[in-house]
Amino acid sequence: MKMVAGQELGTTGMAVNSDAVAEEPAVEARRISKIFQGETEVRALDDVSVSIRRNEFFTLLGPSGCGKTTLLRVIAGFEPPTMGALYLAGTDISRLPPNQRPVNTVFQNYALFPHMSVANNIAFGLEMLGKPKDEVRQTVDDMLRLVQMEALKTRRTSEISGGQQQRVALARALAPHPEVLLLDEPLSALDLKLRKEMQIELKRLQNETGITFVFVTHDQEEALTMSDRVAVMNAGKILQIGSPQEIYQHPAERFVANFIGESNFLDATLSGGTVDLKAGGRYDVTVPEGVAEGSVSVLVRPEHASVRSGPAGDGEMSGTIETVVYSGEATTLHLRLATGEPLKARSPNSPGEGTLPGQGEEAAVSIGAGAVTVLRD
Amino acid sequence: MTDASLHTGPAAGELEREAEQADNRSRWMLSTPAIVIICLAAAGPLMVMVLYSFLTPGDYGNVKWEFSTQAWVNTILQRDIFDDTLMWADAHLSIFWRSLSLSLITTVLTFVFGLPTAWFIATQPPGKKEFWLFLVTVPFWSNLLVRTIAIQELIRAEGVINNTLKFLRIIDEPIQMMFTDFAIAFGMTYVYLPLMVLPIYAAVDKLDFRLVEAAHDLYATRWRTFWRVILPLVKPGIIAGSILVFIPSLGAYVTPRVLGGGKNLMFGNLIELQFGQGRNWPLGAALSLMLMAAVMVALIWYVRVTSRERADV
Repeated sequence: MKMVAGQELGTTGMAVNSDAVAEEPAVEARRISKIFQGETEVRALDDVSVSIRRNEFFTLLGPSGCGKTTLLRVIAGFEPPTMGALYLAGTDISRLPPNQRPVNTVFQNYALFPHMSVANNIAFGLEMLGKPKDEVRQTVDDMLRLVQMEALKTRRTSEISGGQQQRVALARALAPHPEVLLLDEPLSALDLKLRKEMQIELKRLQNETGITFVFVTHDQEEALTMSDRVAVMNAGKILQIGSPQEIYQHPAERFVANFIGESNFLDATLSGGTVDLKAGGRYDVTVPEGVAEGSVSVLVRPEHASVRSGPAGDGEMSGTIETVVYSGEATTLHLRLATGEPLKARSPNSPGEGTLPGQGEEAAVSIGAGAVTVLRD
Repeated sequence: MTDASLHTGPAAGELEREAEQADNRSRWMLSTPAIVIICLAAAGPLMVMVLYSFLTPGDYGNVKWEFSTQAWVNTILQRDIFDDTLMWADAHLSIFWRSLSLSLITTVLTFVFGLPTAWFIATQPPGKKEFWLFLVTVPFWSNLLVRTIAIQELIRAEGVINNTLKFLRIIDEPIQMMFTDFAIAFGMTYVYLPLMVLPIYAAVDKLDFRLVEAAHDLYATRWRTFWRVILPLVKPGIIAGSILVFIPSLGAYVTPRVLGGGKNLMFGNLIELQFGQGRNWPLGAALSLMLMAAVMVALIWYVRVTSRERADV
């Protein structure tokens, strides 16, 4: 049985028929395209399909202008898709206006109502749903406790700090207990320390409320820290969807590898299940779909390459150290391999004196098993 | 002063103090023209009015320098010419009442027409806004009297509206619109509309439309978004517009004179009468001051009521 979520709102809140949707994805975008007509045609979303599971912390990651915010706005209902359909727990909501979708948004600059107190901001959604006064008051108090803002209940939103506004925005969006919470770069305006705190806080809130979070960010570290799954986007397309580990360790494309973490790209020859690096060494790899045998490009993360002084032995790559960069917990060596390719290698610093080779020295580089990933260019 | 301080320069804080004094002096000099103009153009005439209202009317206008409170008594009371009893000056009070209600109607009408207009202009893409704002200011190019007489041409018995309705056989006899309260309200709404549109436009233009999206996202319908979010946020513009329309309406002179004829006096016309045909300058002065007091009371009440906060939850 399917019902339009909007019809439910007035009386029973967001309770969408739970037994029927247990295995349905929370949000499913089917072949959505969004084209902005202007002086030039902009294809903000290009045939995007994605399925977001229930209770998942799902992140849309990409550089600015990649379409991640547009996708979020399509889910919220602010932008109608040019093509395609959007399903919420199995129901087509493509045509519902934002106020009939059981989806709430935490806006990038919070968009708190400046003429209302903290409590009235949080109560707004509940009042609009026509909840009885007692229930509204109760929920507002619960939300204030959840985001630890009880003390500032009666303050104006213009009288509280950025981090506090952030919490109020979260509480306001969570108060009506939506099916899905959309977060549009909510941490980008906070300073580093506060951002780290809020990352953990958000994760806690998601666990406690059991609401599906769809999080938009351009910060790869934020995406890796918080998400259950990440979708990497570029130029209106989703390039790869996977867990943070999958995305980081086995990026499918050069763009994904480059965007997330630091990368070394090396030339190699693929035959059977193994690659021969041009600079030396043979490694077993899993071959992604659509990659033909022959000349390929492989990825090696800097922390998977280890360096020692001296000439290269069998299966090792030889190179010269060009720069040594010390950064507290680790040291990064920038090498030039014998093939002319640049390579970065990072190793954690130990408490004693470092035994790493110094600048200008000849060095041998080896790569750990399973650390070589073949890329689909 | 010790020897040491003589050698090391001025005492601590002295330089700061001097700079501050110089700053203060130049600030006062800058504000002198404004202060002179305010004294000459606003405070001066007002004092003259207060003075005149306590003098005796001269035989051919002007005033005699004899103290009298008669003018103030006459603003709300009148002496029966036969038996000398005092009674309410019904004429003055009814004229005041008419002015008040017509001004309120004008304010409401300019708001009803002005808000959508201001909204329309503020939501135009940049570049087109300027064009529409420019159109709003076009009426200011011509004289108020000329514009008011042009309205006469629209609404008089053989005017454009009546002739068109007759031509379309909707009416047989012309509708009497000239010299009615309708004519006055119509004229004043037309004249004061830009004064409502411009401040509301300024407020809507500043409105953060993400707040409208946020309200929509939090299950508010368009109507409730308007009441709960948009209206409170553009309220300063509405207050400014209402004040700018209401105050001049209350003292309006030209429009009621031309469109209302001699019968439908408004307060401005009543005051004018005392200085003209009535030859009672003290009464005119007292009535003006009374109008000013009424405006001030209305303003204080209005600002208080509209700035009251909703305090639920």
